[in-house]
Amino acid sequence: MKHLNYYLLLPVLIFGQPTTPALSAELTGTLKKIKDTGQITIGHRESSIPFSYLDDKQQPVGYAMDLCLKIVEAVKSELKMSSLKVNLQPVTSANRIPLMQNGTIDLECGSTTNSVTRQQQVSFGPTYFVINVTAAVKKKSGIQRLADLNGKTISTTSGTTSVPLLKHYEKTANIGVKEIYGKDHAESFLLLSQDRSAAFIMDDILLAGQIANTRNPGDYVILKESLRQEPYSMMLRKDDTAFKALVDNAIGSVMKSGEIDKIYAKWFTSPIPPKGINLNFTQTAPIKEAFKNPNDKGVE
Amino acid sequence: MNYHWNWGVFFQEVPGGGEYYWELIVAGIGWTLAVSVCAFLIAMALGSVIGTLRTTANPWLQSLAKGWVEFFRNIPLLVQMFLWYFVVPELIPPLKRWVIEVDPGTAQFMAAIVCLGLFTSARIAEQVRAGIQSLSSGQHLAGQALGLTTLQVYRHVLLPMAFRIILPPLTSESMNLIKNSSIALTIGLAELTFRAREMGEYTFNFFEAFTAATVIYIVIAMTVNRALAYVERKTAVPGFIAGESRQALP
Repeated sequence: MKHLNYYLLLPVLIFGQPTTPALSAELTGTLKKIKDTGQITIGHRESSIPFSYLDDKQQPVGYAMDLCLKIVEAVKSELKMSSLKVNLQPVTSANRIPLMQNGTIDLECGSTTNSVTRQQQVSFGPTYFVINVTAAVKKKSGIQRLADLNGKTISTTSGTTSVPLLKHYEKTANIGVKEIYGKDHAESFLLLSQDRSAAFIMDDILLAGQIANTRNPGDYVILKESLRQEPYSMMLRKDDTAFKALVDNAIGSVMKSGEIDKIYAKWFTSPIPPKGINLNFTQTAPIKEAFKNPNDKGVE
Repeated sequence: MNYHWNWGVFFQEVPGGGEYYWELIVAGIGWTLAVSVCAFLIAMALGSVIGTLRTTANPWLQSLAKGWVEFFRNIPLLVQMFLWYFVVPELIPPLKRWVIEVDPGTAQFMAAIVCLGLFTSARIAEQVRAGIQSLSSGQHLAGQALGLTTLQVYRHVLLPMAFRIILPPLTSESMNLIKNSSIALTIGLAELTFRAREMGEYTFNFFEAFTAATVIYIVIAMTVNRALAYVERKTAVPGFIAGESRQALP
C-alpha cells in the first residue's frame, strides 16, 4: 500500500506543516523562526524615498532600512548568533500585509502608516516618523489654504489613506472637490504638473520627494495646513510579544541615545542617493515628540 | 498558513464615506460593465469595417487596414492606456482644454473605451478577415453572377456567413475585453479591480477583496460565454462549421 502514504502526505503538502507553537520553552514566533533557519527576511519598498528604496546599484537603502538593520543587530545579540543571513524581499503596498501574514517577511521597513484598523491584522514597532497629509499646489495657482480647493479637481494616489481623509474633510468644511486617482505617486504628481488637477493630496514628505525630483521645484509649494497626522513605523507579525519587545527596545534605545538624530539627518537634511538630492525636511514638532517618547500608538 | 478570513468586512463602512465596502464593489462592477460594453461596440463596428477592407481588391484600402491592425496589435495595452490618457491630450490643445474642464471620471471613461475599443478592433478585424477568407471563392462569384454589386455581395452573402463562423473566437475576444478592462485602473478608473485593491489597502483584507473580484469576473465572463453560445445555436446554418460541430456532438 505504498500509494496510500503519499495521499496521507497530501494535506501536509497543501496546507504546510502543522504549526506547533511554543515547542521550545524559550523561543516562539519570529525569533524561533530566525533561530531555526539562521535567516531573517526584511520586506522593503522600491520607491518610498527616503524611507526604503533602491539606489543606483539596485540595493535597498533608506531611513527605515537603517533602523531595521539596528533591529537585525539586536536579534543577533539576543539569539547569540555569530552570523545571521539577511534576505531582502521587495514588497508593495498591496502585498505587504499578506506577505507578513504568510511568513514570507519577518519585518517590513518602508512607509507604512500605523493605524488602528491595520493593527487588527499586524503589529507595529515604535513610530519613527510622523507625516502630515496635506496638498502640493502650483505657486501660480494662488491656492493658499485647503478651503481654496472648493470646486477644483485634485489628484491623489489610489488606495492611500488620503482618500477617506479628503472625503471627510469635504463634509466638515462643506466644500466639494473632484478627485482623480493616479496609480502611484509619480502619476498623481504628473496630473498636477499637467494642470489636470489643481492639487496633489498626499503625505508631506512624499510630496517633498516628488517636488525635489522635478525639473523646476520652485514652481510648487506644499500647504502648511494638515488634514491629519499619521505615524509611520515598521510592521511585524501580530501577537508576537517576544519579537515586539525586542524591536521596541532596539529602536527605543536608538531614540533615547540621540543616535536617531544622526540617522535622521543622513536621510532628510543631506543629499541622498541616487541623484544627490537634498529633501531639506527638518524634524517637525510631532517627530521630535515621537523620538522623545517612543510609542506605537496607531491613528484612528 | 493561518489566515483569519473575515467576510464581514464587506459590511463594514468605508472610512469617511458613509458607504459600505460591498457598495464600492458593486459600483466597480458597474464601471467594468459600462467600459466593456462601450468598448465592445466600438471594437465590433471598427473591427468589422477594417477586417472587411483587408479582403477587398483595392490595395490602398488593404494597406490602410493592415497598418491599423499592426499598429494597435503591436503596442502593449498598458502602454496604449497611458498614451491615450496622458499623452494624446497634450498633443491636441482643444482636447486638453476639454479634459481639464470635464468631470475627471468622464475623461477616464472616454480614454478607457477608446483605448480598449481600438485595441480590440484590431483583433476582431483579423477574425473577420479570417472568417471571410474561409468562405469558398464560389460564394463571391455566385453573388456576382446574380448581378449583386461588391457591397451587396459582402452585405448579403459573405458577411452573414463570416460572422457565424467567427462567433466562437469572438466569444473569447469579448471575454478577453472584460478582463482587459481592468487595465483601466492604471488611469484611475474606479472599476472592479481598482475597487478590490482599494478595499484591500483600506482594510488589509486583500484575500477577501480579491476573492470577491475573482468570483465576479468569472460570473460575468461565464454569462457572456453562455449568451453568445445561445446566439451561436440560434444563428447556426445547417451544414456549415458552426452548425456541423453541434450536430457532431451527442
